[in-house]
Amino acid sequence: MTTTADPTTLEFGKARTRKEDARLITGRTKFTDAINLHGMLHLHVVRSPLAHATITGVDKTAAEASPGVIGVYTAADLGVEGVGLPCAWPITPDMKSPQRPLLAHTTVHFAGEGVAVVLARSAAEARDAADLVEVDYEPLEPVLNMEDALKEGATLVHPDLGTNENATWVFDSGAAGTGSSIDEAISAAEADADSIVLKRRFIQQRLIPAFMEPRACVVDPTGEQITVWAATQVPHILRTMTTVTLGVPESKLRVIAPDVGGGFGGKIGVLPEEMLCVALAQKTGKPIKWNETRSESLLAAHHGRDQIQDITITAKRDGTVTGLDVHLLADMGAYLGLVGPGVPILGAFMFNSIYKFPALKFTCTNVFTTKTLTDAYRGAGRPEATFAIERIMDELAVELGIEPMELRKKNWITHEEFPFTTVVGLTYDSGNYEQATAQAMEAFDYAGLRREQEERRASGDKVQLGIGISTFTEMCGLAPSRVLGSLSYGAGGWEAASIRMLATGKVEVITGASAHGQGHETAFSQIVADQLGVPFEDVEVLHGDTQISPKGLDTYGSRSLVVGGIAIVKAAEKVVAKAKKIAAHLLEASEDDIEFSGGTFTVKGTDKGKAIQEIAFAAFMAHDYPEDMEPNLDADAVYDPENFSYPHGTHLAAVEIDTETGRVNLRKYVCVDDIGTVVNPLIVEGQVHGGLAQGIAQALFEEANYDDQGTLVNGTFVDYTLPSAADLPSFDTSTVSTPATSNPLGVKGVGEAGTIASTPAIVNSVIDALRHLGVTNVEMPCTSQRVWRAIQEAKGNTTQETPIDTHSPGAGLGSIDPNNPQGEVQ
Amino acid sequence: MIPSKFDYVKPASVAEAVQALADGGDDAKILAGGQSLIPVLRLRLAAPSVIIDLGGIAELRGIREDGDHIAIGAMTSYHDIVRDDLVKQHVALLGQATETVADNQVRHRGTLGGSLAHADPAGDLGAPALALDAQMVIAGASGTRTVGAAEFFVDYFTTAIGDGEILTEIRFPKYTGWGSHYEKFNRTAQAWSMCAVAAAIKVDGGTISEARVGLTNMGTTPIRATGVEQALVGQPATADAVRAAAERATEGTAAPSDADAAADYREHLAKVLTGRAVLAAAG
Ligand SMILES: Cc1cc2nc3c(=O)[nH]c(=O)nc-3n(C[C@H](O)[C@H](O)[C@H](O)COP(=O)(O)OP(=O)(O)OC[C@H]3O[C@@H](n4cnc5c(N)ncnc54)[C@H](O)[C@@H]3O)c2cc1C
Repeated sequence: MTTTADPTTLEFGKARTRKEDARLITGRTKFTDAINLHGMLHLHVVRSPLAHATITGVDKTAAEASPGVIGVYTAADLGVEGVGLPCAWPITPDMKSPQRPLLAHTTVHFAGEGVAVVLARSAAEARDAADLVEVDYEPLEPVLNMEDALKEGATLVHPDLGTNENATWVFDSGAAGTGSSIDEAISAAEADADSIVLKRRFIQQRLIPAFMEPRACVVDPTGEQITVWAATQVPHILRTMTTVTLGVPESKLRVIAPDVGGGFGGKIGVLPEEMLCVALAQKTGKPIKWNETRSESLLAAHHGRDQIQDITITAKRDGTVTGLDVHLLADMGAYLGLVGPGVPILGAFMFNSIYKFPALKFTCTNVFTTKTLTDAYRGAGRPEATFAIERIMDELAVELGIEPMELRKKNWITHEEFPFTTVVGLTYDSGNYEQATAQAMEAFDYAGLRREQEERRASGDKVQLGIGISTFTEMCGLAPSRVLGSLSYGAGGWEAASIRMLATGKVEVITGASAHGQGHETAFSQIVADQLGVPFEDVEVLHGDTQISPKGLDTYGSRSLVVGGIAIVKAAEKVVAKAKKIAAHLLEASEDDIEFSGGTFTVKGTDKGKAIQEIAFAAFMAHDYPEDMEPNLDADAVYDPENFSYPHGTHLAAVEIDTETGRVNLRKYVCVDDIGTVVNPLIVEGQVHGGLAQGIAQALFEEANYDDQGTLVNGTFVDYTLPSAADLPSFDTSTVSTPATSNPLGVKGVGEAGTIASTPAIVNSVIDALRHLGVTNVEMPCTSQRVWRAIQEAKGNTTQETPIDTHSPGAGLGSIDPNNPQGEVQ
Repeated sequence: MIPSKFDYVKPASVAEAVQALADGGDDAKILAGGQSLIPVLRLRLAAPSVIIDLGGIAELRGIREDGDHIAIGAMTSYHDIVRDDLVKQHVALLGQATETVADNQVRHRGTLGGSLAHADPAGDLGAPALALDAQMVIAGASGTRTVGAAEFFVDYFTTAIGDGEILTEIRFPKYTGWGSHYEKFNRTAQAWSMCAVAAAIKVDGGTISEARVGLTNMGTTPIRATGVEQALVGQPATADAVRAAAERATEGTAAPSDADAAADYREHLAKVLTGRAVLAAAG
């Protein structure tokens, strides 16, 4: 017998530091922009400064004469006017789908849309020449406001569609038979003195995903396969979609996502720039690189959120909710992203959240505007839903005079009631809201903070305290393929894995879920180490290259562990089954008498055994193996989950508000998340921290602002205010575990939980701090100015907000002189 | 991001730098710490043909005592100013304001001269320089001249530094024994000031005997809150008296409106922050 792993030292649950970090944080790895090929040319996009305009002329002469320039191309020059980028989610049969061109050819539909491209020998030469391309525009009326866009006679973004409405999608629990009718619930509540009907409007502002590595690609056409390196979350989808878009046979494409610096949903698209690089690489026969600037990224990469939410809730005076009616307007921007129209629909099933509502109706109208398109952003549809429900539960609590946590308890699914089929027909497999809530309230000192709040109110302290609650659940782990099919989604939701046992006993694991910062290599290695009983260090996780991992559906929707991880387990089980046969053969025992534990196959009741590494070597040598099998331990698996994953948790926030200035200071944040069994607590903590920062940023800091001409006015990190660690407190995060029953590991998704849960906790706390002053709402982000104005208004002081006459102060841009917006400095 | 093409020279003395400026003509640009100029170049808001890097001129760096003044070389970094004992002792307000600028990386590269020459009204060093009556020493082809802070700031990004001239030194009178405070209000922890107040106060026996107050981002240049200063002198250093004086903070201002703060909110902030700055300065 050779070495075996000690079963007492399971990898599962170990807080390992991530094995990928050394190469990532030392700069040793190669991101896409660091890939340089011999003879490579550089692409720069000439972008429209106007939101809506007719292109009346493109003069390329000066640019073409600029040093190093190979060519300047419009869509017509490339013959790609007919090529449209894909939208894979036709949410209704009559959905209006305008074709998104690779480059605008007659009309530009949003500021930042490409009009032409420059190809040059260096990136600097391409950039210089782009300034020399003269595009003449005839301005058209921008379409910016969703409600106005739907009115009769509104300017149309795409006149040929005859409307700015993309689609209206409805779910009605009464009609679906999953619950009762909302119309009846509303009429009953209206007729009943012991019930109330409460309506609120919430605004989900537009956000920008703001990943750390801007988007980039390199296309090399010199081999038999065209190789595409891309800073993408979805190398497999990108390959298939490149075929769909450009007609290059899939077998002639190899897509590589090298290390990718973040995505948050912002890198699930199929980009015009990627397709242009492929087209130009084919045309020139040369490798081509495209890399965007931060400002291009903020301007032209897809945005997220941007909804108007009209919510009606009905309840009995004792707090029992009887129905929820949801009306959304969702801004698609100028075109449809890959899954853009479906993003708000992902929220449809989450408005009832953890509650036992009997009736729910969801109506969402998607609207075209002349803004950057929207698509998935961390949480995709579920943060919006969670915000609306957790905000209106607070409003209802105030209206009914019930303590907000008590109101939630009155309506939530109790732990004995799982599995629970909700009003929208989803079956939550497991959960324990009582446990997570009790633990969070204790860590938070809920009672103590409420006392302090009372004291501050009583003494009229100029710093007021607010407490905000968010008890959330979400559906993630996208997704059961059949469910996706029933939603007309253009793909399945399975994931693929392979395990290769090398001759020397080392293990290669291949996954179709390619990470872009999450730590898959570490977590997956831990899983395989336990499954096969091999040392963690002996496992290598390979991904992100269609030549190495030919099959996969990539990383988004908190699916990597709960779908991709389970596929790996399934493959490992097959490896063990094959190895067992060989072990039985070599040990001259019956297969039924072989036990596998800690990496060793033993004959029951004897000390005879063989390590899995020995079996791997035996299979490689193939001198002696059973007649009825191939000499091979390797295995593939494709796992298609039967259900979504439903993590949940209780998040509590305490804010202090300086009522003189309106500044919101987040003092304390406690969350207890139930994400089932935990593979690596350190990675979980990292995911929760990052998620919280992004969710809190929506509540307090971030918003993509457009002016009345449809220009993004905060297109740099100076004025698109991302928070840093200095703006956030030390989070108190912990987990409880009610294992999922829907998968063999008992795991649930965690990648989006923090973002989904935190936003309403913060806004609820801001309003809670001010409610006694008469404030009933503050729009997001709750900036100091907005809070101050809300306080003034509540006091009856009208404040006069003067129109913006300068950009925000900032590095380089500084306080730009309105008379000299180009800001030529002295 | 890629700036337009430019030539680069790195003179070893002020005289060489002045010569290089003259040779470079209209299009020449001085590079100090680069924390404003480099972003401007990369965003192509400016496209100079030649960059004159002052980084090689040793005489422009350093802090020294010069009689009743503290003299600071234009190329002295924020980092050095924040840590300097002479600054702490005699012009504490400058150190306090400097400490609020951005983050460590920026403070290691950014310079006092660069900040004042750049003259962004949201910059944090104009208000203390103005409040403390700093003297700017400017070198040109015809020699050296000295301009008071009140005349130095002319408009948005515009100072008294003429074509072909270089800011070489900033001289501060000593405010030994004064109390001071820089009260900065910004959107995120490391962002620029939406509004900020620089206050230096001399208190004798509980009464304010002298007051210097400067405002950041309340107009096209840093602004001296003379109304507040006058109202403070002779008053007790109490919350009520200080708040009453702070009501005059908006006199002579022309608050801009941007996405973070419209003029009325800025004006309100100026008053609140003035009260806080003066009270903190008075200890
Ligand atoms: C991320 C970031 C955050 C920032 N936050 C803040 C902040 O919160 N508060 C704040 O006040 N500032 C902030 N800044 C700006 C910073 O203070 C700059 O350093 C300063 O504005 C310019 O100083 P510099 O030495 O870097 O000058 P440079 O950028 O090199 O030059 C600035 C301008 O001044 C001219 N110039 C420089 N030196 C001289 C001289 N000796 N004589 C004549 N002309 C000269 C240059 O030609 C140029 O036009 C920030 C900068 C960054 C990058």
